[in-house]
Amino acid sequence: MIGGLFIYNHKGEVLISRVYRDDIGRNAVDAFRVNVIHARQQVRSPVTNIARTSFFHVKRSNIWLAAVTKQNVNAAMVFEFLYKMCDVMTAYFGKISEENIKNNFVLIYELLDEILDFGYPQNSETGALKTFITQQGIKGQTKEEQSQITSQVTGQIGWRREGIKYRRNELFLDVLESVNLLMSPQGQVLSAHVSGRVVMKSYLSGMPECKFGMNDKIVIDKQGKGGTTDDAGKSGKQSIAIDDCTFHQCVRLSKFDSERSISFIPPDGEYELMRYRTTKDIILPFRVIPLVREVGRTKLEVKVVIKSNFKPSLLAQKIEVRIPTPLNTSGVQVICMKGKAKYKASENAIVWKIKRMAGMKESQISAEIELLPTNDKKKWARPPISMNFEVPFAPSGLKVRYLKVFESKLNYSDHDVIKWVRYIGRSGIYETRC
Amino acid sequence: MPAVSKGDGMRGLAVFISDIRNCKSKEAEIKRINKELANIRSKFKGDKALDGYSKKKYVCKLLFIFLLGHDIDFGHMEAVNLLSSNKYTEKQIGYLFISVLVNSNSELIRLINNAIKNDLSSRNPTFMCLALHCIANVGSREMAEAFAGEIPRILVAGDTMDSVKQSAALCLLRLYKTSPDLVLMGEWTSRVVHLLNDQHMGVVTAAISLITCLSQKNPDEFKTCVSLAVSRLSRIVSSASTDLQDYTYYFVPAPWLSCKLLRLLQCYPPPEDGAVKGRLVECLETILNKAQEPPKSKKVQHSNAKNAILFEAISLIIHYDSEPNLLVRACNQLGQFLQHRETNLRYLALESMCTLASSEFSHEAVKTHIETVINALKTERDVSVRQRAADLLYAMCDRSNAKQIVAEMLSYLETADYSIREEMVLKVAILAEKYAVDYSWYVDTILNLIRIAGDYVSEEVWYRVIQIVINRDDVQGYAAKTVFEALQAPACHENMVKVGGYILGEFGNLIAGDPRSSPLVQFNLLHSKFHLCSVPTRALLLSAYIKFINLFPETKSTIQEVLRSDSQIRNSDVELQQRAVEYLKLSSIASTDVLATVLEEMPPFPERESSILAKLKKKKGPGAVSVNELEEGKREGGELNGGGGERGGDNSTIAASNASTPSPSADLLGLRTGPQVSAAPPSAGSLLVDVFSEAGVNDDGFLSSAPPSAVSEDAAPPLPESNELLNKFVCKNNGVLFENQLLQIGIKSEYRQNLGRMYLFYGNKTSVQFVTFTTTVSCPGELQSQLNVQAKPVEPLIEGGAQVQQVINIECLGDFCEAPLLNIKFRYGGALQNLSLKLPVTINKFFQPTEMASHDFFQRWKQLSQPQQEAQKIFKASHAMDTEVIKAKLLGLGMALLENVDPNPENFVCAGVIQTKAQQVGSLLRLEPNAQAQMYRLTLRSSKDTVSKRLCELLAEQF
Repeated sequence: MIGGLFIYNHKGEVLISRVYRDDIGRNAVDAFRVNVIHARQQVRSPVTNIARTSFFHVKRSNIWLAAVTKQNVNAAMVFEFLYKMCDVMTAYFGKISEENIKNNFVLIYELLDEILDFGYPQNSETGALKTFITQQGIKGQTKEEQSQITSQVTGQIGWRREGIKYRRNELFLDVLESVNLLMSPQGQVLSAHVSGRVVMKSYLSGMPECKFGMNDKIVIDKQGKGGTTDDAGKSGKQSIAIDDCTFHQCVRLSKFDSERSISFIPPDGEYELMRYRTTKDIILPFRVIPLVREVGRTKLEVKVVIKSNFKPSLLAQKIEVRIPTPLNTSGVQVICMKGKAKYKASENAIVWKIKRMAGMKESQISAEIELLPTNDKKKWARPPISMNFEVPFAPSGLKVRYLKVFESKLNYSDHDVIKWVRYIGRSGIYETRC
Repeated sequence: MPAVSKGDGMRGLAVFISDIRNCKSKEAEIKRINKELANIRSKFKGDKALDGYSKKKYVCKLLFIFLLGHDIDFGHMEAVNLLSSNKYTEKQIGYLFISVLVNSNSELIRLINNAIKNDLSSRNPTFMCLALHCIANVGSREMAEAFAGEIPRILVAGDTMDSVKQSAALCLLRLYKTSPDLVLMGEWTSRVVHLLNDQHMGVVTAAISLITCLSQKNPDEFKTCVSLAVSRLSRIVSSASTDLQDYTYYFVPAPWLSCKLLRLLQCYPPPEDGAVKGRLVECLETILNKAQEPPKSKKVQHSNAKNAILFEAISLIIHYDSEPNLLVRACNQLGQFLQHRETNLRYLALESMCTLASSEFSHEAVKTHIETVINALKTERDVSVRQRAADLLYAMCDRSNAKQIVAEMLSYLETADYSIREEMVLKVAILAEKYAVDYSWYVDTILNLIRIAGDYVSEEVWYRVIQIVINRDDVQGYAAKTVFEALQAPACHENMVKVGGYILGEFGNLIAGDPRSSPLVQFNLLHSKFHLCSVPTRALLLSAYIKFINLFPETKSTIQEVLRSDSQIRNSDVELQQRAVEYLKLSSIASTDVLATVLEEMPPFPERESSILAKLKKKKGPGAVSVNELEEGKREGGELNGGGGERGGDNSTIAASNASTPSPSADLLGLRTGPQVSAAPPSAGSLLVDVFSEAGVNDDGFLSSAPPSAVSEDAAPPLPESNELLNKFVCKNNGVLFENQLLQIGIKSEYRQNLGRMYLFYGNKTSVQFVTFTTTVSCPGELQSQLNVQAKPVEPLIEGGAQVQQVINIECLGDFCEAPLLNIKFRYGGALQNLSLKLPVTINKFFQPTEMASHDFFQRWKQLSQPQQEAQKIFKASHAMDTEVIKAKLLGLGMALLENVDPNPENFVCAGVIQTKAQQVGSLLRLEPNAQAQMYRLTLRSSKDTVSKRLCELLAEQF
């Protein structure tokens, strides 16, 4: 269980320190600063063990969040909690920055008291927390309201209160995916996977029962057996194999286990319904074809072609190609047909940016790199070319088939709910070796 | 070095540095540096020539980036270019970059060396200094190779500027430290000594550091420096504080130089020339006088400088150890410091006093401060000072104040820091034993020790109590009573239970008369502790119970009941179970007579006394020779618990007490090893007796009045067991030579022809460092001409738990019989430890095995048939006669073991040639075991009679 939680700024000064258990002393604060924040090495392990004490940390911009424990805890649980904690803080006061943390330290301590009890994580649902931890001071809550909060927080459906009313019942559904790729110079896929999230924003009255359907292979196959063969053949192609997934606490897991249907009573406002990962039949939106030629000891010629590989009607945005340059680069000339390219010395890379690009197109950049002869015999390691982009479809091929809303008590049906669905595919670590 | 002036200031550099300082995060810093590096790279591209200023600026930036921890792999060429610039600042930056960044195997080193050479031969003193600084800063072997010849020339050249001389001296010192073999002594050495007469104080200060270092290696070459140093010192000391102007520091004239001069003098024995000595004594007196004067300034710098000189002077006085007057004065001066406000001064005073206490002249003077020291031990806030105080108490302890000191240390132990408790316990135990007159006091002290700091009491300490109690009838009753009382405390330490169990088991009957300590009460008391103890203690208690059955038949049924209980007879521990079963049976089957025989009181530990000691004892009566007795008791250590297992532990106690007690008693014991005592002619045994008996009569405390470390400066006589140690190594080359509580000496050796190399590993077993650790190897008597032994110097400091290595090169010049002596001296917690061992170098180490056929062997055997060429010995086997073991031993001896030579397959024959520088001695060996009689006949024939004899002696001990 978590013994304590510290928040540091980039210099290693402690902004927030909350100790939950006696086995964590004050010196733990310094141990982390000395051994992790001020450590010389560039790559830091998220879990550090110092003197039989484990430190789990995540970094948000310049802020370090570290959970400390002496026990053998479930590391995934601790990180899940830290991420949740970041979400909660963001929901309360926006960006996590040193100034925001300093300005809201009372609130943060209050939150820490609520979401961790003797080191055990408690309800960390923002919506629920906001009902009783507010920044506006103590509202004149009536006794009834107070008891309502108590019954909600301690009740079966802790994430939603009763008696919510909207004039327009609306529902937003975003499928956000990030696609990761490592490709050999010859165009062979070495590893690729998509990690996706389904994020919902619901403004629904009452206690609605929702059911979410997507083109999960298992469900489709099951239905295919019952339905016509023609139907099965058609949808079978479009179904996807999900490797693993996790759900928001509102989803009834027993139903998912038995029928593989996702049904739930949604929290109010924004939340993440599920997370998943796929590795098969991924649509790679871009193909990078690198060509690097060393001309003597002091010159390097680089040519990179990118090809977009999706429907011509769709537009990719925010495309950025990053071509690493050797450490002894002394000058760079770049020519590109589309977008803008620049040598960024501070990052040791040529950065090529294209605002928009339609599907089934290709574009090219060529660069001449001058090198300074060094007495170092080390050869350049040739780091991979990386890429960033955003496309309006799901690279995993996931499709939302339906999202049904049932509310028996109130007088609205599935048809009255306005639903919005959006797909966004982003690049994760999208690299091609050169 | 002059700071970069404002007009010359590199703005770009300043901006860059302030940019870096303003970076919010590591990542931002790296970005900024990458950008700068790219900029510098584009500037260095080589298309356009850079002017000196920008080159300097960029090299500076690179240097800064490197110092931030980033790799720099270019710009070296530009830095080397800067070296040839004529501007000071550019040259300086170039040298700076090179001394920080260029590694020795770079191909640029040739260019750099060239540039340095140019600068050294230039007439410009600033450039010469820069070059010298660079050499000293890099200090690599390559640099030494290139310039070791050049620098002495600069140093002693007549026309060299003072500042350059200064740099050259320090540069040479650095080169000498990195590669002493490259700095060759030459005619310049004598001229270096005369630098002590230089007008310029800076040169003198630099030169003296060099001389101090050089003279440690070649003391003879620099002998003349003593008189020069003395005269220099006297000039400084007698000068008025204003004379030296720049070199006066807070009214103290040239404090650094004075300290260095005094330290240089510590490398040499007192000057023999009377005038020089007189002058030096005068100087030292002046320094002591000055310490008495009221301070000229209230500033701390003034007193620091003054005290630095004073302490250095005192350590010189201690080093000479020949001027009683000065020693006493130094002691008084230190006594004043003991109550000083400054913690550092108190610490230093205590530390110096520790060494003073070991000098015979000042021991008494030190003793007068006992109250202050005890007070320091009690009230001092700083733990390191308390530790020194404890050390000093230990060092100043003798018979007259032992009781007081031991009592104080015991009372301090209750509140002592955990880190020093173990050491304190050891000290109390050693002191109590060394100076015990009254044994009830000794028993009380050790029991108190166990009560207060039981966890830190090692096994040996409580073994000792029991040995002493058993050997002395007069304390047995007292001991039993005390132990019984001590055990009544609700919580006692396990060691206490062990002592209690043993003593009550042996002597419980002595107090059984008292109804308060009737047998049953005793038993119940012991048994109440039983369940809280570890297995070995329980085993000991079971033995005590069975002894109870013998002593007090009335407790039989109760004890049998206990033994019969499931927790004993079915104990999961085999040892306990076995004891319970056996004792139960023994008690029920055996008759009282048998029981009484089996469980008789332990016999006193036999005292193997030499006749001299016995005589001495008769004259003085018991008590006066108690120290010897103690030593004797220790010698017999092992038998205590009837277990062979404890033997090893006790042996180390002996060694420890010998090592830490270089008192006369050690001398007396040393007598037994024979010829090492130089005081008396070894042949005249009867005369020897007289000498000692007279000493005993005349001097009430021949044993007590001489302070414990009076003989500290001389090598202690070799340990009595060193002969055995020697035998252990006849047939093997590696192993542990010696071990006691403080020190372990391991050995590894290899021999080829007449040469050998031995690695000695000194391991510090304590947690406290050994200081002034020195070892000397000597060849006594005629061995000097037979064996050439060279020992490399060893680190003077061994950290706690650390190990140092010493290499000894051995050359065998002729055949020899004796073994070289190894003397080890070091200070452990302030007290001098001194021990001597025999190095296991025996003649057989230089054997070359020779293979030969049967008839060859017997032909040679016959050739060596003269009676003096043969040595024969018939002896009983002391080990089992196992063929394989014998073979292994013979092989370890170094000879070739010849198979199928002797007609009798049971016999072993060997052949080998001993390689000495002078000659080769062929040797043949024949070993005939007789399994029935458990006897061996060993015959050795060799071309030299001494060799045969020696080999025969050595080998006879092995089988």
